[in-house]
Amino acid sequence: MRHRLAPYLLVLPGGLWLLLFFVVPMVTMLSLSLQEGDVVNGYVLTGHWQTYVDAITNYRVQLVRSLIYGAITTVLLIVAAFPVAYFIAFYGRRRKATFLFLLLLPFFVSFVLRTISWRYILTDEGILLGPLKDAGLLADSFHILGTPVAVILGLVYNFLPFMVLPIYVALERIDPRVVEAARDLYASPLLAFRKVVFPLALPGVFAGVLMTFVPASSDYVNSAVLGSSSTTMIGQVIQSQYLVSSNYPTASALSFTLMAVLLIGVFAYARALGTEDVMKVAAR
Amino acid sequence: MTDPSLLRGLTNRRDVLKMSGLAGLGLALAACGVKGKGSPGASAPAADAVAKFWAGKTSNGKLNFANWPLYMDPKHPELTKFTAATGVQVKYEEVIQEMGPWFAKVQPQLAAGQDIGYDLMVITNGIQFKQFRDSGFLAPLDHSKLTNYVANADPAYSKEAFDPGNVYSIPWTSGITGIAYDEKKTGRPITGIADLFDPAFKGKVGMFSDTSELGNFGLMALGINPEKSTAEDWKKAAAKLKEQKSQGILRNYYDQSYIDALGKGEVWITQAWSGDVFQKNVSDGTDFKFVIPSEGGTIWTDNFAIPITAKNPLDAIKLMDFFYDVANAATLAEYINFVCPVPAAQAQITKDAAASTGDDKASLEAVASSPLVFPGAADYAKLHYYREFATEAEHQEYQAIFEPVVLS
Repeated sequence: MRHRLAPYLLVLPGGLWLLLFFVVPMVTMLSLSLQEGDVVNGYVLTGHWQTYVDAITNYRVQLVRSLIYGAITTVLLIVAAFPVAYFIAFYGRRRKATFLFLLLLPFFVSFVLRTISWRYILTDEGILLGPLKDAGLLADSFHILGTPVAVILGLVYNFLPFMVLPIYVALERIDPRVVEAARDLYASPLLAFRKVVFPLALPGVFAGVLMTFVPASSDYVNSAVLGSSSTTMIGQVIQSQYLVSSNYPTASALSFTLMAVLLIGVFAYARALGTEDVMKVAAR
Repeated sequence: MTDPSLLRGLTNRRDVLKMSGLAGLGLALAACGVKGKGSPGASAPAADAVAKFWAGKTSNGKLNFANWPLYMDPKHPELTKFTAATGVQVKYEEVIQEMGPWFAKVQPQLAAGQDIGYDLMVITNGIQFKQFRDSGFLAPLDHSKLTNYVANADPAYSKEAFDPGNVYSIPWTSGITGIAYDEKKTGRPITGIADLFDPAFKGKVGMFSDTSELGNFGLMALGINPEKSTAEDWKKAAAKLKEQKSQGILRNYYDQSYIDALGKGEVWITQAWSGDVFQKNVSDGTDFKFVIPSEGGTIWTDNFAIPITAKNPLDAIKLMDFFYDVANAATLAEYINFVCPVPAAQAQITKDAAASTGDDKASLEAVASSPLVFPGAADYAKLHYYREFATEAEHQEYQAIFEPVVLS
């Protein structure tokens, strides 16, 4: 009898954890999104689906903007991360661990603090723009802070390791002999990269996209710190509906909408590129 | 060789962080529940509410005071004096940056009947004041414990619409919402709200993210008195504000952080609270100007209030009354430059000025004669009070119009 129960008992701690901290909040949130009322008189469950319609109508701009920022960030990340990962994997030699450590070093400092330090670098009369303005190279009112450029720059910076690491893992597993074989068969270095290295690195890129697109699209710190009212992302709207207006139904409805959009996006992406490779990466 | 477990550890930790974030949210929701605390009679307290709240309360020799930044000399001389006189230790924290987030932050705890960690807080009249009051989150004040207040406060304050008779609150200070600017950057003196919409300052204009403050200025830009405004007016004002943003004139909507943005040159001209600029000039040696717009400014009152769940209400009310001693009111006004609720402080500051020399004398004389600290009848004529919302539904309507402006 005992051994038949054992597997279930093993699942119990994790299962309870999930139930308590994932399922319960999800259900609460779903319920909240269908309630009506206000924070003083309380909210009552009325099955008011109109909240979803209103929330999406009012904040579709921010929703779309977030997905666009997320997509641009992800593309820039691939461009920025691939050479770094390639260098560490193929030329890092004995110093691989050092390079990886250096890559992660800034991440020992709080996410918010690092983002705030970018403010000091980018601020209108700061160390970057101040001298350029004094030299008359830029107009006095020129600014980077408060623009989409600053927000996307912050996103790329903050999510860089989450793109570098999976690509690195994929590249690191490539047997150098397959590249040698390609070369022996008269492939140019570029062709060897295109036909051998890059396809083998794709699972890493795939995993990197998953690990960065979702959090970058729902991020609310970078836009709050580096952006302005014209770069508001959906995460900020949700945060503000919860923690400024105490409008729980709208906030919950937006959270669910965002989750649905991202899930659909991720599934479509996985279907298009095949899940097998991803499972392989995940298994590592 | 790199150990892949390093990577695995990393992803795991990330997951854990994500989970704990979700868990936090879940707990917050679970804790706050969705029950409101409002009841139709909440704004008119029961006759014995004061006696009931204060019965059996004893002094604990300490209190936690939640206030806004730039609201006291950073050396806290008044608090030191208070502790010396009463033995009560004060933990002073500048944790309030904007009313909306403050209410949203403490609401779940108050609704659950829990201590919020503060015995005294300074809250502005307006939307959230009403929410605090109607939810029954404010302790009714025992005026017999407020002898200085009764003797020295400007009686006009007891007639303010948000808390007639000062049942739940007494003023910390009043202030004026106007415009602050850096004349070196703007190149000309600023006179009115129209300047906030001037394309010449493209990308260099700041506005408040608080919907009351923002809406008021949108309304006054159109020549509408905010106190008497209607839903139709709100829509027009929102359209005007959206234009300011879509034309790129607006840099950003700010909470208390606007003063840093002004200091860093991020904005040249911004909506501002009257005393902040003077304190910024004193502490950072800047030369920013403050002006009450020609179209009108708004006057608000920040109020002492005791949360209903406070652990040390007796110590809190003692400190409230301490600031109504003329000498203390005077030193506070001398530093913060906001509107002083104690008229006799003006004579006291004049006396302090006479007793000092040089720069101190000049600055004290300036405070004593400043219309921003002791406004006269002519100044009040230019100022509007906030729109009072009759019902929560009306407030929701207002929010639904101005919130998308701030958030889009």
